[in-house]
Amino acid sequence: MTDQTTHAVAYTPEDLPTARSFFQPHRIVMMLVFAAFVICVAVFMRWDWLPRYLPRLGWGILVSLVMLFSTSILGFLLAVPIGLAQVTGPWFFKLPAKVFCTVVRGTPLLLQLWLLYYGLGSLFPQFPAIRQSFLWPYLREAWPYGVAALTISFAAYEGEVMRGAFAGVPAGELEAAKAYGMSRWTMFRRIWLPRAIHRALPTLNGEAVLQLKSTPLVATITVVDVYAVISKVRQETFLTYEPLLLLALIYMCLTGILVVAFRTFENRIPTRGA
Amino acid sequence: MASDSIVNWSLLALSAPGWGGVLLQGFVNSIQIAIGGFALGLTLGVGGAFGKLYGGPILRDLLECYTTVVRAVPELVLILLLYYAGTDLLNQLLALFSIGPVDISGLMAGIFVIGVVQGAYSTEVLRGAIKAVPAGQIEAARAYGMSPLKVLRRVTLPAMLPYAIPGLSNLWLIATKDTALLAVVGFSELTLVTRQAAGTTKAYLLFFLAAGALYLALTLVSNIFIGMLERHARRGFAEQR
Repeated sequence: MTDQTTHAVAYTPEDLPTARSFFQPHRIVMMLVFAAFVICVAVFMRWDWLPRYLPRLGWGILVSLVMLFSTSILGFLLAVPIGLAQVTGPWFFKLPAKVFCTVVRGTPLLLQLWLLYYGLGSLFPQFPAIRQSFLWPYLREAWPYGVAALTISFAAYEGEVMRGAFAGVPAGELEAAKAYGMSRWTMFRRIWLPRAIHRALPTLNGEAVLQLKSTPLVATITVVDVYAVISKVRQETFLTYEPLLLLALIYMCLTGILVVAFRTFENRIPTRGA
Repeated sequence: MASDSIVNWSLLALSAPGWGGVLLQGFVNSIQIAIGGFALGLTLGVGGAFGKLYGGPILRDLLECYTTVVRAVPELVLILLLYYAGTDLLNQLLALFSIGPVDISGLMAGIFVIGVVQGAYSTEVLRGAIKAVPAGQIEAARAYGMSPLKVLRRVTLPAMLPYAIPGLSNLWLIATKDTALLAVVGFSELTLVTRQAAGTTKAYLLFFLAAGALYLALTLVSNIFIGMLERHARRGFAEQR
């Protein structure tokens, strides 16, 4: 995915409104209309179920966030070697990395998730060695498959981004590092990786938002995240819109927080003003 | 289980005892929805991009809300909301004109849902592409006395195409993969039929891998066409990088 597309499908810091922009006459009127709409929703729709489900909702949000952060971090750790292998590796590293990225990016995440959960999940019990290993109690749960699928997907998308970022670091900087007598590893650790991450940061932010948008899929394999809690509410109260509207609101807040956090992080990295 | 170690290929046979035909039918459904949704999204996107760039302040803010919501909320949630809200609103509207409720086909609902999501994405892609067109070209067209529609048809749209194609081709690939999410609302596209086939025959790996191969084939074939299209649109451009 190009940077432009990631930006188009994921909310990024450039889209954040400034505080001053709210005080334009037409916006004040629009906000009043919106406030009236919110009050109508609050008054005329049924929200009496909310207090009962609040603890479970909080727990669900926590599960979603843990899913997001664990898979993003694990995926990023995988993405660095994948990106690096595609830039400098010999063909027997380059080819598998390329195939991995193409296959994972070419198939829907839902299918990968179900392939791991139903496919591998039905395969594992047939091997006594796995049933007796210490991993078995975990492999019987649903969440390891969710974490695995989300991690693989993030690694593939981010690996492609890191490939571009590694390739985009100016050759002169690497030559300068070499001229200082740095070993390959020192050069990678001090120059190449930090510069590549800096270049990838805006896209990384977009990918993180996309990853947040992918987390509800794990609810389809019985992981109880916030989406699953809302589905439960819908089944028990027979309400259609209220829980879904609340869910959309929750995800918008999470995205907003994530984007603001990324912006503060990005601003802390000193850059030469253009 | 030793018998499972040998893959039972007859499960993929096209006729009745095998599930190959059902899978292909689901694949065709997926492609139909992807094409319809992408086309609807493109239409919404052209309107949205022009509204965002040249519209009045209120229209611009409303479009901003649309793209913000779609880009900040998971597709799965949007699909559920639009699927229920869309069919519900349509039936209520029809009831208002005292026409009985209609049964909306899954295909139409799917196209609508994917189209609305894609519309927000392509609004952003096209807006970026239109902004990349040198302002002088559009000004020159205006100076020739072309009407706004003629400027759009003869200058802006063709000139922005090379900038828009990489983004739009990615959106097409996203559209093909987003159709899988319709499995959650019970539309029988490829992913859902695959799961049904796998659940019935217990050959989970075989069917999910087969479906994955179909999706991958679609992506790879699309990539070939996109490459051709891009070369065609970029002819006359100086080679970059």
